Amino acid sequence: MTSLAWLVPAALTLGLIGLAGFLWALRNGQFDDLEGAAWRAIDDPRPDTPADGDEARHLPIDRHA
Amino acid sequence: MEATLVVPPAVGGAGSATTAADSAVVTLSVPEMVCGHCIRTIETTLVGVRGVSGARANLGSRRVIVAFDAKRANVGDFVAALARAGFAAAELADGSAASESPRASELIPRLGVAGFAAANIMLLSVSVWSGEASDMDSSVIGLFHWISALIALPAIAYAGQPFFRSAISALGGRRLNMDVPISLGITLATAMSLFQTMRGSSQVYFDAATTLVFFLLIGRALDERMRVKARGAAENLLSLKSVSATVVSEAGTLGSLPARALVPGMQVIVAAGERIAADGVIVAGKSEIDESLITGETLPRPVALGDHVHAGTLNGGASLQIRVTSADENTLLADIGRMMLAAEQGRGRYVRLADKAASFYAPAVHVLGLMTFVGWMLAGAGWETSLTHAIAVLIITCPCALALAVPAVQVAAMSRLFNQGIIVKAADGLERLAEIDRVIFDKTGTLTTAEISLVEGEAADTAVLARAAALGVLSRHPYAQAIVRAARARGVSVEMLENVQEVPGSGLSYRARDREERLGSAEWCGALTPAGGEASLWYARQGDLPIAFRFAETLRDDARKTVEALESAGYTVEVLSGDRTASVARAAEAAAIKTWRSAVRPDEKLERIGELKADGLKPLMVGDGLNDAPALAAGFASMSPASAIDISQAAADAVFQGAHLAPVIETLKIARAARRMALQNIVIALTYNAAFVPLAMLGHVTPLVAALAMSTSSIIVTANAIRLRTMRLKLPSMRRGA
Repeated sequence: MTSLAWLVPAALTLGLIGLAGFLWALRNGQFDDLEGAAWRAIDDPRPDTPADGDEARHLPIDRHA
Repeated sequence: MEATLVVPPAVGGAGSATTAADSAVVTLSVPEMVCGHCIRTIETTLVGVRGVSGARANLGSRRVIVAFDAKRANVGDFVAALARAGFAAAELADGSAASESPRASELIPRLGVAGFAAANIMLLSVSVWSGEASDMDSSVIGLFHWISALIALPAIAYAGQPFFRSAISALGGRRLNMDVPISLGITLATAMSLFQTMRGSSQVYFDAATTLVFFLLIGRALDERMRVKARGAAENLLSLKSVSATVVSEAGTLGSLPARALVPGMQVIVAAGERIAADGVIVAGKSEIDESLITGETLPRPVALGDHVHAGTLNGGASLQIRVTSADENTLLADIGRMMLAAEQGRGRYVRLADKAASFYAPAVHVLGLMTFVGWMLAGAGWETSLTHAIAVLIITCPCALALAVPAVQVAAMSRLFNQGIIVKAADGLERLAEIDRVIFDKTGTLTTAEISLVEGEAADTAVLARAAALGVLSRHPYAQAIVRAARARGVSVEMLENVQEVPGSGLSYRARDREERLGSAEWCGALTPAGGEASLWYARQGDLPIAFRFAETLRDDARKTVEALESAGYTVEVLSGDRTASVARAAEAAAIKTWRSAVRPDEKLERIGELKADGLKPLMVGDGLNDAPALAAGFASMSPASAIDISQAAADAVFQGAHLAPVIETLKIARAARRMALQNIVIALTYNAAFVPLAMLGHVTPLVAALAMSTSSIIVTANAIRLRTMRLKLPSMRRGA
């Protein structure tokens, strides 16, 4: 029974990590467009597309701003 | 993955490159975005526009967010660029709606927390339950209960808030809804479990309470997601309706403005074939206006200097300049607005199925709980035992399955309709549609399509048709276009002519080898004006007799089939139209509708609906015009095609897309199936209660029984609802006098 002393906290911690990951992804907008994300994954970017050195076009999503 | 990403409005300005004050963000609706390739095309097109710093398309909501520099670009540029790429786009009609994304939902994070709590507590509970049969000693059981309490209390306090809030507001309004017994059940179960945990007893219901919250939140979240999706789709359709206007500034320069930015006094130019963006008075030009969306009248109205024109009408003839007047000056629109307001008030009284169930269920449950307490007290048990049993009754009757019974079915039904291009917008729309027993169609634009067509046979001479088409191909007038379509349908290749003159309000003329050919109004071609005011266009060659082309509206392909299917299912079908008798009679006959009325004013449509409702009938109004809007608001339920004017679309419970009328049948079919299944589900939920309440009243319910019973009934109810997604349906026949 002594194993419970660390098994239960370990299980709960792992669960909490999962929950935190989910909430982070949710707030980060990862679930905003599931359909679109599926397409983007298989879409090969054309090498010449928007890259004209315009920095603003390549900024990462920053939804907390 | 290389993608063009949006920089959001720099609120905090945290290291963003576009902190300039004039950076702006706009959401465009692009309904034709359907695949991965579209996303790429749309984003690269927009990023290619000067001044755009980023574009991010959302395939799920068919929208694209564009970040741009307001000094260097405007929305018109984006719409034009997308049009060149082959996508119709429009700025989202309501700016506030842009933030309405699934992410804004407060239910999903709560769902995550509830799911975490339910899973972990259930693990602990299963250990305890199996421990009863093995060697688990009471101190470990106690420990597990305390850990459960530690997880459950914060989780329920956070995840249960939507139910608590709704219950409190219902009680505040002296009403009972389903959330009252739910909140009571959850709160009592948690409080008692905490108390029993302290005492070291086994009556601990943390697992049941958290699973309950989890299941109910799933139901709510699905319901909300479907509604947000339906609302978003409806907004997308509406924003495409909003037109932009070409404004003439005082200096004489031209600029483009969205229709809603127009203010009275502005001068606007409307080209031939364009929709008029605002109500106004004509200050220059002469043309013909197609007002079918406003009045249901298919014959274009000739207008000239000083005439009033309405927003939403189509300018058929020549370019017009109008001065925008305020909506107040427009008595028609103001009248319609007043009528709609009055008509909508009647609809608020509809009581939804779930609320009906709650109104008898909630008191019954509370009485049962009280009876249990009193019964055990009288039987001589202590107050503590009596209270425990009474609370067990309230927990077991917590209407988990009942609360899911209706929403689960509605979500399945709405998503099935959504996949067929039918958007049910009103929350109780589906339930009202299920009770319909009479269908009223508007004619113009509803039974018929927006396009008019040449009456075949009247223009038997293909050579004449070919000449007329050669002239007409250069005009944007709807009649001329109809002639070109008819010619193409006959396999005539339309000749291109040069130097064709268009005389606004009259017609076209072409001179070759000293012989003039004319296509246009009767007087333009030198013909006597035909009696009856039939819609017509004339073709004349110098020296010959003028030849008339007559036009009729095109009935929707399946109008007749739809009407016949409705009638054979026992629905009474009738037509209420604002158009002239002759054309209504013709359309009604073609669609096999026996009851029809023509030249009906908007208030008379409203009156007719009132009469039917007073007779206890439940009419479904299907219409698209401004003149239908009050009737749409008054009808027991209402539908409108996606081509309808924005006011009518907003008033309708459901909007259907496409060129067919069959969606009306489909909607009624699914609505009635949904009602049947909702009732089925309520019966299932009540049966479960009928089986377990006696057990609870006699004090035989253990936490294991409670957890099992609740989850099983919720899952059965949901599984039953999911069947609706794939079930084969046919329109059930209405029994008379039933």
